[in-house]
Amino acid sequence: MSQLFRLNKEGLINRNKKISFTFNGKKLFGYEGDTIASALIANGIHLVGRSFKYHRPRGFFGAGVEEPNAKLQVEFNGHSEPNVNATEMELVEGLSATSQNCWPSVNFDIGAINNFLKMFFPAGFYYKTFMWPKSFWYKIYEPFIRKAAGLGVASIEKDKERYEHKFEYCDLLVTGSGPSGLASAYAAAKNGAKVILAEDKPRFGGTLLTDDVSIDNLSGKDWAEKIITELKSMPNVTVKNRSQVFGYYDHNMLVMFERVSDHLEKKSKFTPRQRLWYIRAKETILSTGSIERPIVFGNNDTPGIFLSAAAKEYMKVYGVLVGKKPLIFTNNDSAYETALEFKKNNVEPIILDTREEHSSEVIDEAKSKGIDIRFSHGVIVANGYKKVKSAKIGKLNKDKNSFERIETVDCDCICVSGFWTPSVHLASQSGNKLKYEEKIDAFIPDKKKQHETSVGAANGSFTLEESLKNGFENGSNLSAKITDTKTEIAIPNVNEKKYGAHDKFWCMPLPKNENPKRFVDFQNDVSVSDIEIALREGYRSIEHVKRYTTLGMATDQGRTSNLNGLQLVSNIENKIVPEVGHTTFRPPFTPITIGTIVGREVGMEYMPTRKTPMHEWHEKNNAVFVDAGAWKRPRYYKQGNETLFEASKREAKNVRENVGICDVTTLGKIDIKGPDAAEFLNRVYTNAWMKLPVGKARYGLMLREDGIVMDDGTTTRISENHYHMTTTTAQAANVLSHLEYYLQIVWPELNVNVVSTTEQWAGAAIAGPKSRDMLSKLYPNLDVSNEALPFMGYKEAEFFGVTSRIFRISFSGELAYEINVKSDHGMFMWEKMMEVGKEFGNQPYGTEALSTLRIEMGHVAGPELDGRTIPSDVSLNGLVSKKKDFIGKNSLGREAFNVESRQKIVGLIPIDRKSSIPEGSHIVQDQNAKLPNPKLGHVSSSCWSVENNNPFSLAIMKDGKNMIGKKFFAVSPLKNKSIEVEVISSHYVDPEGKRVRS
Amino acid sequence: MLYIKCPYCGLRAQKEFSYGGDATVKRPNINEEVSSKDWDNFVYMRKSPRGKHIELWQHIAGCRQWIKVQRDTATHEIFQTAKVTEEIR
Repeated sequence: MSQLFRLNKEGLINRNKKISFTFNGKKLFGYEGDTIASALIANGIHLVGRSFKYHRPRGFFGAGVEEPNAKLQVEFNGHSEPNVNATEMELVEGLSATSQNCWPSVNFDIGAINNFLKMFFPAGFYYKTFMWPKSFWYKIYEPFIRKAAGLGVASIEKDKERYEHKFEYCDLLVTGSGPSGLASAYAAAKNGAKVILAEDKPRFGGTLLTDDVSIDNLSGKDWAEKIITELKSMPNVTVKNRSQVFGYYDHNMLVMFERVSDHLEKKSKFTPRQRLWYIRAKETILSTGSIERPIVFGNNDTPGIFLSAAAKEYMKVYGVLVGKKPLIFTNNDSAYETALEFKKNNVEPIILDTREEHSSEVIDEAKSKGIDIRFSHGVIVANGYKKVKSAKIGKLNKDKNSFERIETVDCDCICVSGFWTPSVHLASQSGNKLKYEEKIDAFIPDKKKQHETSVGAANGSFTLEESLKNGFENGSNLSAKITDTKTEIAIPNVNEKKYGAHDKFWCMPLPKNENPKRFVDFQNDVSVSDIEIALREGYRSIEHVKRYTTLGMATDQGRTSNLNGLQLVSNIENKIVPEVGHTTFRPPFTPITIGTIVGREVGMEYMPTRKTPMHEWHEKNNAVFVDAGAWKRPRYYKQGNETLFEASKREAKNVRENVGICDVTTLGKIDIKGPDAAEFLNRVYTNAWMKLPVGKARYGLMLREDGIVMDDGTTTRISENHYHMTTTTAQAANVLSHLEYYLQIVWPELNVNVVSTTEQWAGAAIAGPKSRDMLSKLYPNLDVSNEALPFMGYKEAEFFGVTSRIFRISFSGELAYEINVKSDHGMFMWEKMMEVGKEFGNQPYGTEALSTLRIEMGHVAGPELDGRTIPSDVSLNGLVSKKKDFIGKNSLGREAFNVESRQKIVGLIPIDRKSSIPEGSHIVQDQNAKLPNPKLGHVSSSCWSVENNNPFSLAIMKDGKNMIGKKFFAVSPLKNKSIEVEVISSHYVDPEGKRVRS
Repeated sequence: MLYIKCPYCGLRAQKEFSYGGDATVKRPNINEEVSSKDWDNFVYMRKSPRGKHIELWQHIAGCRQWIKVQRDTATHEIFQTAKVTEEIR
């Protein structure tokens, strides 16, 4: 297909490189440097989608981020992406684009029947219609709405692309490379500041690429190129195109979205697709420019209707004509440039200017070129369904509310300009309260809130001279304060046309008895009548009007519709715009991919993986791992076809009968040193610590200030002023912060230092009746008898030539030891233990067996210390000193902690001695009682007791030990189980604790 | 993301810190009699001001020091940071 709308030479595209692509299955081509939009328009294609609500045919409206309509489903580089903005996405070889929100095709869309039923789809339609009957919502209304609404289709494939995050710091961040941005960046760079210049588009220069101006006798485009080249050569400057700064957060943190490689045909597998930059800038220049706003008229959403600056950009940047019979509909001078550009390319435009006959530099130029200008004129309604064919235009009376004459003219496109709206999104996000500038009928930034300075069009200065001056001055002054260097720069000579005043006209009246749709917001199908309905129904706050009508919502965030919506509300309400106010601007300014937000934090890189020094051994020996925080711990070691249940039973049984070893490296370890260490421990733990001798360990319990148990563990006195504390795996980090808090803030007078040594030591527990025999083989020269190394004893000794610490402590309730060696020797220790332990029947055991062992012993762990229990709830009141003060002591006297019926720990066994009780089950008196069935407690931990060969659980239950001997039901609606249980003591095995002392 | 000046390490991103609550709360002295009311006030009662608030942060991914930060709870403006042994005025 030949490109009937491509000009012969204009544009910045590379005509030497053709790129083929498809649109709705049709093969087409464009050139390198085209966007999907410019290539389609070059091929004469305007109908690209259907509107959200009425499924009306829609075409391109803008040429960049302002585009409300042209959102396509695009497939390229092996993935499919919905809602891609056709005016931003660059063409790449093999790309395939399809229209969204239409079925069976964009040309014939069944949903368009909504357009004829539009009287039934007013504002608030969903709220009003789908209310009753309530039961219809899930089954009928919601699925129907979901099917009918929505834009593209999200891919369900795994995203194979790479995304990155980058953290950057700079003196000055400049957002936008138009004239004011270039000037700011240049001035700051010359002062030696570290500058980042970000440009959303592929090409630098902003309006300099399309405006008919000259700077220092260079064309705008050439001057921009000169400045960019110089900036790129400076080591203190980073220049980024395809990079959108989309969010302004606290403390001058800005976030930028860089499209790194979607436009590349070939890339290395390490090249990310997109990159998210977190930029902490000392100062920020917001040179985000402005967006042209439309004038509202009948059927103003018909394909072929463009913003006038977009039409000019298509000609000047892409060498593409949006039409060959253009109507230019304007209330200001800037659209005349579009007309002149058409004329230059031998196309005859007609200008409809809402202003009365007058003259200005650009009007005179248009007149001298013989362009047909009709003053006091405007478009009333566009004719044509899938493309503009003609327009009904009218000559306005002096009141601009009625017509002197109405006629119809042929046209194939309408270029509309209702003046310019500064892009104040980032300024507003920074916290800047905007102010209304009467002169331009739009909001501009007010007093600075952070370190943001808006310049150029973003600040309401629409002349090149002012923008440049603004840019140079601000860039220079802001950076000089940081670098203490000020380089004088001569402000260049500018040649630009002087524009006359614009007309405060934004909505075309309708002749009597005509009622075409006049859209304010294209993306959400919000028309003038929708806003009128909202106001008629009593909505007053602009935020409410927005939500009721959906004006300014969705992906384009109302870039072209917000101000017209405000104008409409203020007209109906007889208020002025600043009284109505504006809705909140929120990040992101443009849609960004989820992949970019996530970055590299996916899969294995989601969080760090902590592995013990013995990890490889576990892996080789069929360990099945379980996550314990960031740690990987062996849950069980699988033999043959064993299930978790079988394996853990075997491992636990072996500990009870022979000996087993368990990797306990993950336990938190904290080194505590200093002359006041004993006093400190005495305050931290509930039990007494002043008299613990050197070479002894003690079990300790620590509380929060509110009396709730925080953690438990053993602490060993290594030497006079040196203690070794262990914490649970889960609480290690919290306990360290807790200790640091008290040492630094509450008791700074205590001379104590704490440091985490979790990763310095590898630990292995040896547990079981044969553990002493095994230990004596591991330490042939050490007296390991019960007298020399009693329960809670501690010794330092060489383990086959390496330093080691031996603690006689037990979690399993068996005779047990824990050996620590330096991490580097962990694997050595483990392998040696496996070797030496063979003759004693030693087997490794995982966390599942470990749980079984501790549960049947009634030792509490995380599920019991769940942030709700105090020491007496878990039978640890024996560890609470009555004589001394400690953290949380004062709270233990609280009334609720001391009522008799408080929930306390008990043991449970099923009456049938067979059914395992699901953890989390509720304990109730009557399993068939009417809901809500009074809950007497809950099952915290469950196991299969290897000692008694039947299930056993720990539970936290009302009245605690008073319930022993009684029968209840443990019900788990989640598992659909109800098991009759008997309450017994929580110490199911060896209640006197003989084994650990044996 | 806030930008917090650690008095030991300098300006660092918020993600290096963890929040620790009101810095003006004083724990009753150890081994000293304290009324239930005073204790409850210490454990539970906190002001939730809109505006200036002196609070504790710990530089957990840095020097691990607890520090004082005077911050505006509405705007997030940070006026001053100090070591916990120093006063914020």
